[in-house]
Amino acid sequence: MSGRQLLLMDGIHKRFGPLIVSAGVTLDIEENEIHALLGENGAGKTVLMSILCGVLSPDEGQIIFKGQALKPGSPRQAIKHRIGMVHQHFMLVPNLTVAENYVLGQGSPFSVIRDMKTVHARIVELSDRYGLGVKPDALISDLSVGEQQRVEILKVLYHGVELLILDEPTAVLTPQETDRLLHLLRRLVEDGKTVIFISHKLDEVIRVSDRVSVMRDAKVVRTVKTSETNARELARMMVGRDVLMDLPRAPIEPGRVVLSVEHLNCDGESGLPALHGVSFQVRANEIVGIAGVSGNGQSELALALTGLLPIASGSVTLEGAELVGRSSHDINQMPIAHIPEDRHRMGIVLPLPLTENVILQRFDKPPFSSRGMLDMSEITRQTRDLMRRFQVKASGPGDRIQNLSGGNQQKLVVGRELDRRFDFLLINQLTRGIDIGATELVMHKILEQRSAGKAILLISTELEELFTLCDRILVMYEGRLVGEMPPDRGRLEEIGLLMAGKSPMSAA
Amino acid sequence: MANSESGQPLAVAPQAYGALWRGLLRPLRTVAQPAAAVALALACGAALLAFNGYDARAVIDVMVLGVFQDTRSIAEILLKATPLILIGVGLCVAFRCSIWNIGAEGQFYAGAAAATAIGVSFNGLGAWLYVPLVMLAGALAGAAWAAIAGLLKIYFRASEIVTTIMLNYIALIMTSYLVTGPLRDAAAAYPQSARLVQEAWMPRILPPTRLHIGILVALVLAVVMYVFLFRSARGYALRVVGISPDAARYAGISVPRNIMISICLSGSMAGLAGAFEIAGVTRRLFQSISPGYGFEGIAVALLANNNPIGAIFSGLLFAVLRSGSELMQITAQIPQVLVLVIQGIVILSVVGFAVLRIPSLRPSE
Ligand SMILES: Nc1ncnc2c1ncn2[C@@H]1O[C@H](COP(=O)(O)OP(=O)(O)OP(=O)(O)O)[C@@H](O)[C@H]1O
Ligand SMILES: [Mg+2]
Repeated sequence: MSGRQLLLMDGIHKRFGPLIVSAGVTLDIEENEIHALLGENGAGKTVLMSILCGVLSPDEGQIIFKGQALKPGSPRQAIKHRIGMVHQHFMLVPNLTVAENYVLGQGSPFSVIRDMKTVHARIVELSDRYGLGVKPDALISDLSVGEQQRVEILKVLYHGVELLILDEPTAVLTPQETDRLLHLLRRLVEDGKTVIFISHKLDEVIRVSDRVSVMRDAKVVRTVKTSETNARELARMMVGRDVLMDLPRAPIEPGRVVLSVEHLNCDGESGLPALHGVSFQVRANEIVGIAGVSGNGQSELALALTGLLPIASGSVTLEGAELVGRSSHDINQMPIAHIPEDRHRMGIVLPLPLTENVILQRFDKPPFSSRGMLDMSEITRQTRDLMRRFQVKASGPGDRIQNLSGGNQQKLVVGRELDRRFDFLLINQLTRGIDIGATELVMHKILEQRSAGKAILLISTELEELFTLCDRILVMYEGRLVGEMPPDRGRLEEIGLLMAGKSPMSAA
Repeated sequence: MANSESGQPLAVAPQAYGALWRGLLRPLRTVAQPAAAVALALACGAALLAFNGYDARAVIDVMVLGVFQDTRSIAEILLKATPLILIGVGLCVAFRCSIWNIGAEGQFYAGAAAATAIGVSFNGLGAWLYVPLVMLAGALAGAAWAAIAGLLKIYFRASEIVTTIMLNYIALIMTSYLVTGPLRDAAAAYPQSARLVQEAWMPRILPPTRLHIGILVALVLAVVMYVFLFRSARGYALRVVGISPDAARYAGISVPRNIMISICLSGSMAGLAGAFEIAGVTRRLFQSISPGYGFEGIAVALLANNNPIGAIFSGLLFAVLRSGSELMQITAQIPQVLVLVIQGIVILSVVGFAVLRIPSLRPSE
């Protein structure tokens, strides 16, 4: 941190119809710092950063970068001034290679083809310098989420950047990948760059940032030095009250077996075996967690249980009824609800309004439709009700869901699933992108379901989430269940070893 | 919505005032874009005519006056609009499901051939039975022809774009075979079928013009399809499949089933259009029964942003253009190539403007 001002966003106003998303925001960023931006879902963080990058134009206000006013609403200007952003949802073309993605839209096609060798060389050089491990000729669709993220970051570095903006970069990362990312950010700052970092995870913010700005109700309410604050105080600034992260989990004796999985084998989408003889049970009044580094078969497990991936062998019974061999349509008729991992791919239909996303699985049943016709007024009423109960912020039930902030989309999905009639609830990543206040709310609702006698399977890469909610935790590694643990924070290290494929006994 | 965000400071215009303006401007904007497209294209066309040594003003005068000259010329426009609206509405349904049916032309031929086969075969049937029967035959044949592409897509992952185009050629060749073989009218000098039995003819609604009930059926079906797509549970499922097959599977909506529904519905509309053309206009089947309605229907649907109600208006627009170009050729003696070029410019510019409005093709935020 040099103390010199790099950027000043002054009096930014922005509205979408009736919704005010920036109400005179003032944000100042110093040269060479990591500046964290905090705020509840829908507070206006992403919009503010889009304004900075020129993707959106503000209704009022000015942006001063290095003492010079930027023309609002011009992405070209932002690029010229070396302001680069990695978005909340990645923007890579899946069937192109890394290098091809980098040159996309750059210069004329001929010069690009001619210079492909240099492009490769530069990617390798940058990747080595920051230890990113990005290969220029790798196909995007073959990369894991964490790898894609590094590709996105390197892309911004490749095009030259002075101010790097990262919008919730750690939401989809495993703890190891997060460590790596935070380390990288420090390296970048050592190299003279400046970083704006958006996150809902306070511990990361505390660990990595120099200063923090907190947004609330479309304004920056405070900017503080990280060294002069703590997580508790930040949470209070964001939400306006104390947040209890440690929810009381009433001791309930688990009831009857609701879901029983035996010797489940199945192949992944690539055709390679993904699950090997997985067996477990989930009982009523019980939350069972599945921990593991992502990519160890958790996604396949969730898809197999809901009929979205064919099962090679084994048995899955729900309340005594066999699920293997049934279509996802049939399974949807059973008492099951599913919060999917990738909300953009499965959980929601982006261009449709909130109303038409709320009815996704129940569109042909009362009260949403009668005699084959949708009951629009009832659907709108129920959507309003859901928005209220789950604090979904949007301009109205007719708003396209793609206009919602990431966290608000997730809240709508969670609310929709909890409103279905179910005995078994499958969750793959519960709080992805949700702010701490809403996390508390959502966790509360999940625990209510547990008390109400539901059986819940929670797949998560967040150990904190598992410790807070689960009655027991199963650890998954390379498609196998390799251990069971009580939700005891004291045994964190053991779980970590199991997740890495090591036996805690031999390591001890 | 990004395009409605002007950079104006809000303090200048009081909020209510701005809302009023936006309310007034929104419908205006929907009309303004296609209108601007047509105007732009006509300007290009005029320039092209002038460049080739024609008096552009005179030609356009002839066209505009001629097209709306009298009841007969308006009836002719509606007659051309009938197949365009029917096909366009059907394609709206297919496109909403992301099924790129390029085979409406072939489905039109299939419908026309079936309608002819039925329409020449029976004697002594009352018109109240025969007319619906001919319509049904056309619709079913169109649906069946389209279903082939649907099944190939579901079972062999064959792209419907390719298969429907190939099916167009097959339908054309089969029609040639029918009118030179089994259905040929022995008395006629040209290869064509016998005349339909009079009871099978579509009732006319504006004598002495040729206008028949087809236009009314097209209008009703446009409304029905709109309600189906946007108000019914089935239509909702179909749209979800079109936007996100993954979300559909997650929700237990069958993707293959909706592919079949959408392609068969669009095929049946094209087949019905073929039946109307036979039983309402030509009364006989011959080799080139369609002047390309099946392809123009694609532009009709796209211009309407795949909205069946919108397809009524874009269908009418294309019918006007078609009449206009005929007049250019016949009355103003413009060579056909030039007319085709001008028509092409109009379609390109109209569709180009339409693409600007389709949100999924615009860069999003
Ligand atoms: N294009 C748009 N049209 C209408 N409303 C929008 C649009 N983009 C954003 N919004 C609204 O602006 C508000 C702020 O959104 P933004 O994405 O900035 O929130 P955020 O602070 O990034 O939240 P999160 O933590 O959930 O990502 C939201 O309520 C959202 O619904
Ligand atoms: Mg955001």
